[in-house]
Amino acid sequence: MSEPVLKAGGLVKSFGAVVATDSVSLTLNDGEIHALIGPNGAGKSTLIKQITGELTQDSGSIEFAGKPLDGLTPQARARAGLGRSFQVSALMPEMSALQNVVLAAMVKEGGPYRFFRPVLAPGPLRDVAEAALDRVGLSTRAGARVAHLSHGERRQVEIAAALALGPRALLLDEPMAGMDPEGAARLTTLLEGLRHEAPILLVEHDMDAVFRLADRISVLVAGRIIAQGHPDEIRRDPAVRAAYLGDAP
Amino acid sequence: MTRETALNLALALALPAFVASAYVAEEPFLITLATRAAILALAATGLNLALGFGGLVSFGHAAFFGIGGYATGILASHAQDYTPLMESPFLIEGTQAMLIHWPVGMIAAGCAALVIGALSLRTSGVYFIMITLAFAQMFYYFAISWPAYGGEDGLPLYLRSSFPGMNTLQPLPFFTLVFVVLILAIGFCGMLSASRFGLALHGARQTPARLVAAGIGPFGVRMTAFVISAMLTALAGSLFADLNRFVSPSMMSWHLSGELIVLVILGGVGRLFGPLAGAMLYVAIEHVAGGLTDHWQFFVGLLLLAVVLFARGGLIGLLAGERGHV
Ligand SMILES: Nc1ncnc2c1ncn2[C@@H]1O[C@H](COP(=O)(O)OP(=O)(O)OP(=O)(O)O)[C@@H](O)[C@H]1O
Ligand SMILES: [Mg+2]
Repeated sequence: MSEPVLKAGGLVKSFGAVVATDSVSLTLNDGEIHALIGPNGAGKSTLIKQITGELTQDSGSIEFAGKPLDGLTPQARARAGLGRSFQVSALMPEMSALQNVVLAAMVKEGGPYRFFRPVLAPGPLRDVAEAALDRVGLSTRAGARVAHLSHGERRQVEIAAALALGPRALLLDEPMAGMDPEGAARLTTLLEGLRHEAPILLVEHDMDAVFRLADRISVLVAGRIIAQGHPDEIRRDPAVRAAYLGDAP
Repeated sequence: MTRETALNLALALALPAFVASAYVAEEPFLITLATRAAILALAATGLNLALGFGGLVSFGHAAFFGIGGYATGILASHAQDYTPLMESPFLIEGTQAMLIHWPVGMIAAGCAALVIGALSLRTSGVYFIMITLAFAQMFYYFAISWPAYGGEDGLPLYLRSSFPGMNTLQPLPFFTLVFVVLILAIGFCGMLSASRFGLALHGARQTPARLVAAGIGPFGVRMTAFVISAMLTALAGSLFADLNRFVSPSMMSWHLSGELIVLVILGGVGRLFGPLAGAMLYVAIEHVAGGLTDHWQFFVGLLLLAVVLFARGGLIGLLAGERGHV
């Protein structure tokens, strides 16, 4: 098997007395969806943020596409191909859906330091953005201002923006949170097809989606990974059932 | 045509129409008043790029205004005294040419903005406001204590600087020149706003984390905007020196920084023609209320309060409604 795209080793991060990440190691391989599940406050978002560079780990290392990420700014990590979505939608509220996605496509298409041509003029930049919106099924709402979009539509814009970056890997923090069942099902189908373009590290509470999508699952509880493996193993794992899944599936 | 476009057009025509009637009525003072409004509008248009588009509340733009003013003042004073600015290592002579004054002032202000930005743009909110203010105060005290160019008393200029093919001492040609520069600057800002860079700049104001996720560092975007903003305000300062034929440290005082912020807020933060609307309103109040009472600033305060409480979009927002996408 080839080298993993993303490799985190021995990550530790504490906030005062709270150890939010407690020697976590995980990998993300080409073509896979790796789900990260765990109860509220387990440290899932904190882990994602260390990979994106928003937070700096106390110790441990992260490698992406064969290179260490240490010392790289979050924007440099994004340029290297780390696409991400935020747990709480973080879009440009006064911009249209299309403008939000165009912004994400810019770096690949020559960068933001161009001062003369209208950004929405026809051309490759706009094409990339429209294609990304189309993939998430939002082309009809391209011109709508984000502030006027529904919650579910905003989640779709987030995914479209992550796609427009031309990512080498995707970090999705609860992309289905707050979506209606229909939207969640549509997104599940989209992610299913996406894994071969860019592997996905998926934080998600929607267990239907997780068990349908994941090739591997890591279970995080109180900052530690208590189990890691194939979905069937995770489903049967008694520690996982006790800590998180309850007696459900 | 949207309502805002129609309003912008009306605003753009209002000042020339006013000047035309002042010319017919043979009231040169009113032309000068309109010129003053146009120059303040230009300075505030520069500030609006940083404040309105970039969300950077600079309380130090008077420094750039003053740098533009002193560029004109210093170059022109050497020309009128027939003394070179510098003899070694090479000779630099003074000049009356606006076409030299402008770039000199703009480049100097751009360099100052690079330094100020490098230190202030890493902070935000009140810290940013305070650092920009502190820098502007440094420039202000420096100008006061620089006797070679008038120090506290300022620097009178005997002539207005020259522009090819124009008698700039006449109020009407000078107004025309200023107004054309203003409209070009507004057009430039409109083009910038709609460009890739503009989108990134609006993004840096709205949700910097999203910009970062797109691989774009907000610092560089803000810095670029801050420098361009400073350069436009310096251009206004240069014209202001010619308008008054006088340069003094008061151009750099914090009052002026505050005044520019007030203009932007009155007109509508981040609206392309907001600074022009704000400046016309401000100069009108200054002229009308100023004739009645020395405390005319009271009325500006009242109006500002009304805008902040009831009309966040300023005059433009009130008349043209909510802003479109950006
Ligand atoms: N910036 C911070 N400062 C202090 N404590 C923090 C900070 N961020 C997270 N924490 C704490 O770290 C722990 C993990 O938080 P985190 O947001 O990573 O959990 P999570 O697994 O994403 O939870 P959820 O499912 O609710 O999103 C929590 O106890 C949280 O209170
Ligand atoms: Mg979380």
